[in-house]
Amino acid sequence: MLGSLDARIPAGSLDTKWTDHKFSMRLVNPNNKRRFDIIVVGSGLAGASAAASLGELGYRVKVLTYHDSPRRAHSIAAQGGINAAKNYQNDGDSVHRLFYDTIKGGDYRAREANVYRLAEVSVDIIDQATAQGVPFAREYGGLLDNRSFGGAQVSRTFYARGQTGQQLLLGAYSALMRQVAAGTVELHTRSEMLELVMHDGRAVGVVTRDLITGEIVSHSAHAVVLATGGYGNVYFLSTNAKMCNITAAWRAHRKGALFANPCYTQIHPTCIPASDDFQSKLTLMSESLRNDGRIWVPLAHDDGRAPHEIPDADRDYFLERKYPAFGNLVPRDVASRNAKTVVDEGRGVGPRRNGVYLDFSGAMARDGESVIRAKYGNLFDMYERITGEDPYRVPMRIYPATHYTMGGLWVDYELMSNVPGLFVLGEANFSDHGANRLGASALMQGLADGYFILPYTIGNYLSDFLGDPALGTTEPVFAAAEQAVADEMSRWLSIGGTRSVDHYHRELGKLVWDYIGMARNKTGLEKALSEIPALREEYHRNVRVLGSADTLNQSLEKAGRVADLFELAELMARDALTREESCGGHFREEHQTADGEAMRDDDNFTHVAAWEWNGEGTPQTRHREELEFDNVELTQRSYK
Amino acid sequence: MSAEINLTLKVWRQDGPSAEGRFVTYEADGISTDASFLEMLDIVNERLIEAGEEPIVFESDCREGICGTCGLMINGQAHGPQKGTATCQLHMRSFSDGDHIVIEPWRATSFPVLRDLAVDRRAMDAIVAAGGYISVNTGAAPDANLTPVPKETADTAFDAAACIGCGACVAACPNSAAQLFAAAKVQHLNLLPQGQAERWARTEAMVETMEEFFGSCTNHGECEEACPKEIPIDFIAWTNRDYIKAKVKNRKLVG
Repeated sequence: MLGSLDARIPAGSLDTKWTDHKFSMRLVNPNNKRRFDIIVVGSGLAGASAAASLGELGYRVKVLTYHDSPRRAHSIAAQGGINAAKNYQNDGDSVHRLFYDTIKGGDYRAREANVYRLAEVSVDIIDQATAQGVPFAREYGGLLDNRSFGGAQVSRTFYARGQTGQQLLLGAYSALMRQVAAGTVELHTRSEMLELVMHDGRAVGVVTRDLITGEIVSHSAHAVVLATGGYGNVYFLSTNAKMCNITAAWRAHRKGALFANPCYTQIHPTCIPASDDFQSKLTLMSESLRNDGRIWVPLAHDDGRAPHEIPDADRDYFLERKYPAFGNLVPRDVASRNAKTVVDEGRGVGPRRNGVYLDFSGAMARDGESVIRAKYGNLFDMYERITGEDPYRVPMRIYPATHYTMGGLWVDYELMSNVPGLFVLGEANFSDHGANRLGASALMQGLADGYFILPYTIGNYLSDFLGDPALGTTEPVFAAAEQAVADEMSRWLSIGGTRSVDHYHRELGKLVWDYIGMARNKTGLEKALSEIPALREEYHRNVRVLGSADTLNQSLEKAGRVADLFELAELMARDALTREESCGGHFREEHQTADGEAMRDDDNFTHVAAWEWNGEGTPQTRHREELEFDNVELTQRSYK
Repeated sequence: MSAEINLTLKVWRQDGPSAEGRFVTYEADGISTDASFLEMLDIVNERLIEAGEEPIVFESDCREGICGTCGLMINGQAHGPQKGTATCQLHMRSFSDGDHIVIEPWRATSFPVLRDLAVDRRAMDAIVAAGGYISVNTGAAPDANLTPVPKETADTAFDAAACIGCGACVAACPNSAAQLFAAAKVQHLNLLPQGQAERWARTEAMVETMEEFFGSCTNHGECEEACPKEIPIDFIAWTNRDYIKAKVKNRKLVG
């Protein structure tokens, strides 16, 4: 059905593409905007910013979220910061440098044109957020402060204590609620999208389930925007919030939307190590901590001494040793893999020997405890609450955990999937981070997509449908989708097995972590491809979902989400097996340099892999989008 | 150090918004003190499901104390015994072997119970919709460094903006007032130079919307004690001052 994928990247030089394209796109005049209905699913940074901006433009917008309030979306938990090429620090930053760093950080597996546009609009995001009242950190002169962040040699990261995501989301949420009050946006909370509705090959609406009453509702529109986040919870243990899931995107995939690069997952280096089997999630400690904390393990295996008893000569500051230029600030994938290496060698620390130290004693001696407290106080408090240890006295223990997923639904330059009328924003799409995302770039991308890209590109699509009303929800395609949701609910409730949904989610997570985690190999991936379907089959036969479908039933909600994660996990394994190279977060043990660094195969894999659903029980078809690099030279990433 | 403790839980169960609620007692044995309070409930629920009983409905999401989704009355205290800590960050090392723990939903007329421990907090969004924003359309913003904001001002605004919207202040208040929440939202914006243009309209609209849904403040201070982000009640005083001024100024504008 599909040839090689066309991302519809405009011609012209890199630095004028977006400007020229904005001029060439068709517009919808202000009076006509109110004739168009747009559904936005998700209310995080990407969804809230898109919905607010579309509402301001005059479109009729409907926001659907499974949360009780849009402000709960998981963007709220982002800690460290947001990048922008403002060059307020006069340290040599520019749009081109942010572009270059992001392309390189992504290990040359992202589109040049998208990334350049991202760097261009980054400066507008800071202006917008500041005007909304986002309380970014400031210098004593009252101007904005910046810091450097993992993978960057300039200070371009704007931050709001350790709660940058919270403050940016509250900004976008306030803009959204302003539109709700103005009547341009209709807000539906506790509404979970369970079906994408298609008509004549286009996305024309969705079907939701009301999580309180169980009511199944059809929503129709001229376009559907998914801003539903990533799939980190496929690992069960991750830094994602408990409710994060892939269901909205996966249901779209099952209706024909291509899923791109699912094997690109990011393992964040600075999380609190798991403490026991009942652990329900992992907690991230912002990687801004790596600016002042030094990472080390004992030189000796099974060194039983307390950290303060180990003299410097017996410590291995392994990142500083191996990467003198970047030291503790190497990109996330590099930092994570090196932590795994020393723990696998038996040099891990803590009761389960599953961590490395992140030590602030040097920084506190240099700057004073009060300076460290001002910068990281809330993170230190959080660490102490969880572990019961005081990081001002004892070094933190950290270990990598799944944090972000670069893969997602395939989109073209205008952020539209291969399904006409279906747009995908933020972490839910695959577009800008290649095989590895740099720190402080997720907030940037979510808001770039929502505030400054989609509001332009969606008009280019909608202008074809002037005068056409949205399809009525009484049409048979909606009735069929509603029936599919009702059938799904009955199916879960009628299985009557013996084990809980969480039990199977946890078991799935173990398989995915072991075989499709920080390092992958052919044998493990083939095991994953046999063990995941076997466990999935047991899940569908033996899961126990109690209660009914017409009440608040959290097991029932989760049953479908975990079923989708099972299918996704299998696709991740297949994608990882097919990509016979190492790049960014995808590390194939068969493909590494002599000193253990990721080794790409540019001749054969400088492309995006986008998978097409072929129905249950049949493996997806792999399509390719070739990546062209005209402005940067592909090099082996080196942070030494 | 980690240890295992046995607990007796008295949990509020209620089948739906209009159903009658009741306390049900559960034994929670062999709970590690390293578990979080919600992980303890996860374990209890897992055991309930295996025994064929419907699990206890409680809400949580980030489990990092930032999203504001969780919130339980634990032995009569909103978010439990540890100061400045949301329920999800409370750990079982705060409890002892043999403890009896009473677990209830937020109790407030404006937060109707949906099921068991889950409540409806949409009234808080209504306060924000009434004026908790600075009106700046996307694209209309000047350069971020055009207006310097004194560091102290930005920091104080942040102290207010740190509110996670959990509703503990309402649950802790004998009057079910939402003054601390509303004041935090109002002052975050009223303190900043960017927020001055709409200061008086915002204050009046948000305070009066709050009064539509919630009880009135009579200065108990329970809200500050319960707040997981330790937001000070000074913001309430400042909002009261702004409200009085707003009533005068807004009238002048009309005249």
